[in-house]
Amino acid sequence: MPRKEIETFAVSWLQVLDETGTADPELDPKLPQETLLELQRAMVRARESDARMLRLQRQGRIGTFGPCTGQEASVCGPALAMAPQDWFAGSFRELGGRQIRGEPLTNTFLFHNGFEEGNVQPAGVTRLLPVSIIVGAQTLHAVGAAYAMKYRGEKACVVTFLGDGATSEGDFHEALNFASVWQVPVVFIVQNNQWAISIPRRKQMHCRTIAQRAIAYDMPGLQVDGNDVLGMYVAAREALDRARGGGGPTLIEAVTYRLMMHTTADDPSKYRQDDEVQQWWDRDPLVRFRKYLEARGLWDAQRQALLEAEVKREIDQAVQEFEARRDFPPDAPFDHVFGTRHALIEEQRAQFLADLRLGEGGHA
Amino acid sequence: MPKLTMVQAINLGLDQEMQRDDRVIVLGEDVGRDGGVFRVTEGLLAKYGETRVIDTPLAESAILGASIGMALAGLRPVAEMQFCGFSYLMLPQLEGHASRFRARSQGQLTCPLVVRVPYGGGVRALEHHSEARETLYAHLPGVKVVVPSAPRNARALIVAAVRDPDPVVFLEPKRSYRAFREEVPEEEEVMPIGCAIVVRPGTDLTAISWGAMMRPTLQAVEELQKQRKASIELIDLLSLAPLDVETIGASVAKTGRCVVVQESPRSFGPAAELIAVINDRALLQLEAPVKRVTGYDVVTPYFGREHQYIASPARIRRALEETLDF
Repeated sequence: MPRKEIETFAVSWLQVLDETGTADPELDPKLPQETLLELQRAMVRARESDARMLRLQRQGRIGTFGPCTGQEASVCGPALAMAPQDWFAGSFRELGGRQIRGEPLTNTFLFHNGFEEGNVQPAGVTRLLPVSIIVGAQTLHAVGAAYAMKYRGEKACVVTFLGDGATSEGDFHEALNFASVWQVPVVFIVQNNQWAISIPRRKQMHCRTIAQRAIAYDMPGLQVDGNDVLGMYVAAREALDRARGGGGPTLIEAVTYRLMMHTTADDPSKYRQDDEVQQWWDRDPLVRFRKYLEARGLWDAQRQALLEAEVKREIDQAVQEFEARRDFPPDAPFDHVFGTRHALIEEQRAQFLADLRLGEGGHA
Repeated sequence: MPKLTMVQAINLGLDQEMQRDDRVIVLGEDVGRDGGVFRVTEGLLAKYGETRVIDTPLAESAILGASIGMALAGLRPVAEMQFCGFSYLMLPQLEGHASRFRARSQGQLTCPLVVRVPYGGGVRALEHHSEARETLYAHLPGVKVVVPSAPRNARALIVAAVRDPDPVVFLEPKRSYRAFREEVPEEEEVMPIGCAIVVRPGTDLTAISWGAMMRPTLQAVEELQKQRKASIELIDLLSLAPLDVETIGASVAKTGRCVVVQESPRSFGPAAELIAVINDRALLQLEAPVKRVTGYDVVTPYFGREHQYIASPARIRRALEETLDF
């Protein structure tokens, strides 16, 4: 019995905008002007917010956070392709996406300043899960939520984001397997930013692409230029359309780069070279998209300046609002242990409040 | 009233909740066609179909992780871990997420889900199939831990767990699954979570236990009371988290003596916590040191020796006597 090939697989690559900002005419989704400008605004807003947060962190006005600079396209493209009823189950480097889903910057600041109040979203902001810090864990929540959508017959999908490091976690593989077996409407977007803190991609995995992981789970997978916002938009829209139509999950690998530190507590000069970082600055997703818009007569230096000024005003206002917030009842954690009241917790609340008065020099 | 085993009683509770509320979903390894390795979910697949009774791939973290997503999206998942020994793979999802969504979002997002975990020894099973590890779960803030001890309370508590707004780890003592039957009413019966019950009142000593250890404890109490005049109050905790500190404190303050009986290893076990609670609430009323009858701090032995390691009625009776005579 001769050996024979029983299956062959291929991994595809998608890039709509090349590094000079030129679109492939066949692939250009020809998005309406309004959507293009929204993408531009979202990416600039994320970039400016990130820069301000870094300053706030260095000034001690907020705590640790993971900057998203360089990865705006790989998140904003898919987030804008989502429908309002879809779920967003992110990791911790998707600021632009959270903003598109409606999270006010005040919340982001509160969250990064150590208050759960930052996760309490205003009315109208729904189906946006809080930042998930345990690497890869959120992919399973996404699968469960997608199951619920399918079970209830809702035409809603779940988009979950993770990094290249997360693809080594068991939860990621379990999530892909469950999603595949259940054929639920979920889109996995791996932001392959080349570094998991100090571990480069080549030490994280031996396989040449992350997209090929999809093959093992018999789901569509593709590699996209993650610094090409149109490519990311198109890939996500296709995956969402397929999921909404009952076609199950998709894995998208966004090839991008973390231009900044892992978090503000990290010093990347310990493990990577400046010239590598510079090479990726030369592929800045914002510059590329701006060139595309300029070539279409939709953008120029003046509009850029206006947008940046407007975004900075928004950020200033959010900083003011955030720093004016004082309503943080110290015993709020006791309100949210359980949905039911219990003597054990209430006794400890009373003790806590007495201890607090003692610490403040009062009498218990 | 039909007389049911604990397996049948939990099955009845799940069946009635699934009937009542189509948000209730059962998932886990072999829970569908096989009805669960202990048959707790038997018949549910035929009645409610594959979308509500899900035979999952073999991955405990995913079973809980997906349940969390379902719960966040409005369903009421009831997940089964096949054995306590395999349940540790779900711990990161339980500690990291299920227990935290409410606090993390200040009540905006919640995880109303149940994880059923057959636990404990005494059924002559392979390694990893006999451990009692309730402390691992009871130590996690935001998680409720319920341990039924008999068919009727198992049914009433599984109903409460399914309706509870928070994640509930429902530890099912395997040794009690089919050990005895009890009358269980067809009509709805719900017991509150977080409340212990006084099984029999007494004035001289408080004996406290839960789960499978309730039977040997009761046996020891009955044997002792045949021998001598002693009025022993017996408490069934039913919930380990949140612990019913009021019932425990009030009872020991009244009796002045207490023995706690647990199957799991001694150090950092629930008995240690109960003794601390008693110190806080009844120290000045104590007539004797509180005694604990527990497992030992050894790796759970294979089943050839397990009957020597799980506290026997004789060990419990000796502890009761020593405490009464102190």
